[in-house]
Amino acid sequence: MAEPVAVRADGGEREPAGFAFEDRPRMLEGVRAYGLIMAMWVRSTMAYRASFAMTLFGDFAVTAFDFVTILLMFTHVDALGGYSLPEIALLYGLSATAFGVCDLLLGSMDRVGGRVRDGTLDTLLVRPVPVLAQVAADRFALRRLGRITQGLLVLGYALVTLDIAWTPLKMLMLPMTVIGGAAIFGAIFIAGAAFQFVAQDASEVQNSFTYGGTTLLQYPPTVFAKDLVRGVTFVVPLAFASWLPALYVLGREYPVDLPRWVAFLSPLVAAGACGLAGLAWRAGLRSYRSTGS
Amino acid sequence: MAGGAAVLPEHGQLRNHGNDGNDGNDGNDGNDGNDGNHRNHDNERNHSNHRNHDNDRNHSNHRNQEPTGPDGTTRESTDMADDGFISLDGVEKVFEVRRRAGLLRRERHEVRAVDGISFRVARGEMVGYIGPNGAGKSTTIKMLTGILTPSGGRLRVAGIDPSRERTRLAHRIGVVFGQRTTLWWDLPLRDSYRLMHRMYRIPERRYRENLDRCVELLDLEKLLEVPVRQLSLGQRMRGDIAAALLHDPEVLYLDEPTIGLDVVSKAKVRRFLKELNAERGTTVLLTTHDLTDIEQLCGRVMVIDHGRLMYDGSLTGLHEVGESERMLVVDLESELPPIRLESADGGGQPAVRAVKVEGPRQWLAFPAAASAAPLVARIAADYPLVDLSVREPDIEAVIARMYESTP
Repeated sequence: MAEPVAVRADGGEREPAGFAFEDRPRMLEGVRAYGLIMAMWVRSTMAYRASFAMTLFGDFAVTAFDFVTILLMFTHVDALGGYSLPEIALLYGLSATAFGVCDLLLGSMDRVGGRVRDGTLDTLLVRPVPVLAQVAADRFALRRLGRITQGLLVLGYALVTLDIAWTPLKMLMLPMTVIGGAAIFGAIFIAGAAFQFVAQDASEVQNSFTYGGTTLLQYPPTVFAKDLVRGVTFVVPLAFASWLPALYVLGREYPVDLPRWVAFLSPLVAAGACGLAGLAWRAGLRSYRSTGS
Repeated sequence: MAGGAAVLPEHGQLRNHGNDGNDGNDGNDGNDGNDGNHRNHDNERNHSNHRNHDNDRNHSNHRNQEPTGPDGTTRESTDMADDGFISLDGVEKVFEVRRRAGLLRRERHEVRAVDGISFRVARGEMVGYIGPNGAGKSTTIKMLTGILTPSGGRLRVAGIDPSRERTRLAHRIGVVFGQRTTLWWDLPLRDSYRLMHRMYRIPERRYRENLDRCVELLDLEKLLEVPVRQLSLGQRMRGDIAAALLHDPEVLYLDEPTIGLDVVSKAKVRRFLKELNAERGTTVLLTTHDLTDIEQLCGRVMVIDHGRLMYDGSLTGLHEVGESERMLVVDLESELPPIRLESADGGGQPAVRAVKVEGPRQWLAFPAAASAAPLVARIAADYPLVDLSVREPDIEAVIARMYESTP
């Protein structure tokens, strides 16, 4: 009796279905599943091109209003918190682009709570791919490219108008910040989603960190209270998504006393945040599977 | 029904919690084949019928199409363990519910949704799982699919521990939730299916065969380009069933598959499931409130209440256990006082009980297990009989009566 069980346990070659299950790395499986679901949504979006173009422009315009606000302020003042318009444009461009990338990739994560409430999470749990990938790719919205576009435009404006003595390190800092920043925002999205397993209406808390966080980062740290700056540096490491690297590029002092090389920790901080968020997600999913609510 | 189980050898058995001696069996993996001793003859017969059919079909059809397929070897090896294709031993699921009691204090109390359930389902069986709302049906299904982790006991599906190897199991099971769709709400059916195809890594030809078959049998041709949200409930259910079968699952779980469907849709779904089970030998476990589902589909029925298995056996056996009555409706030539028939063996109990008299028509109840023919003969001899019909018992009432009789 033990034998057939053992045979089935140790490999796919005897699975009755012709397409045997193979143990594949979960990470890769997740990425593949994400790609499949994303491709499907993109295809379905592209079925209505005009509608897509309009929503894309809508997203672009709505998010661009944030920068219009800043422009309006500068019609009355020459500097905000000691920063000129191009300098603020750099902060804005970095954080808006990083957040835009993350919002594009993980923007549907705040629907986890709703899925727990109405039970549709169960339908994801019976599919052979990681739940996180399915949740993240759900309703993948290409129109969110609008936010990235406006972020990049503002970033471009800043780079053209700013007079910076570029070094290789400073040049490296820009892509690193966008990627690291996207990862940090992503970690917050995932951790927030994990929290929604416990408190199903918590998506607003998460939004205050993500959408609120990106607005915060668009202004220089000098306009905020020091405790708040410390909070987004050491507790929720949003400062690594824009302030610290941008201030390094600008050659400015960070209001919280930190050595200058800390700006280079952005990828490490991002990796750490993602790791913690992953653990939180697993804990959340596990608690869902043991409580069913 | 206190004390030991009242075993009814022909039709099934009543069960009490934890009396089958398997509860302490946890560490004993791979021992499934020996646990079948509590199964009754009735079921055994059903299994072998199913299996033969299933194998024949495989030899003639499946294997020819896929000469290199590993079907044969696996079937033989798992056939030995057939008795435990799905096996539960003392499975429990306890939820902890917290309630606010005062400002900071919280009251905890346990809800035993599933309270020590043990059963075996053989490959190719079609089993109905019934019980009132909140009895633990859906919780059991969720544990069998790996959605929920059991709090205790041992559970295996095709040799896999569902909660530990959920994604691995997902390739071998199909799940249909009557209340919610597994399809993508905003996308046309065809897109959902295409995604399933890639997600489950279904080989191209097999996918096309399965899809064509489902489209034909479930009448989906015209619906393929329609977004799921625009489908009616019955159409969506058919779409869901097709989606659950594209990857050739060995087990199909259906949680309330006919809920809210109209008569025509119900019939379509039932016919399809019947054929699926007969032709492919797919094991089917379905929960339902509609007892016609069970009557038409399932050779075996399990009744669960308060998380415990109350009955496991054939539908006929359920009538006996529930002391259900059939109804003889007779039309007499004229209005007469209620018919009285003394019991055939001369005992005190009359053979029929007049339930209702309405002019010349009378409703006479008699035990479901008793034969109607001698009663009819005696009535025809003694009374001016014009017409008659026999009505089968309402199983809902049977189950309700069963619940009443248990503490």
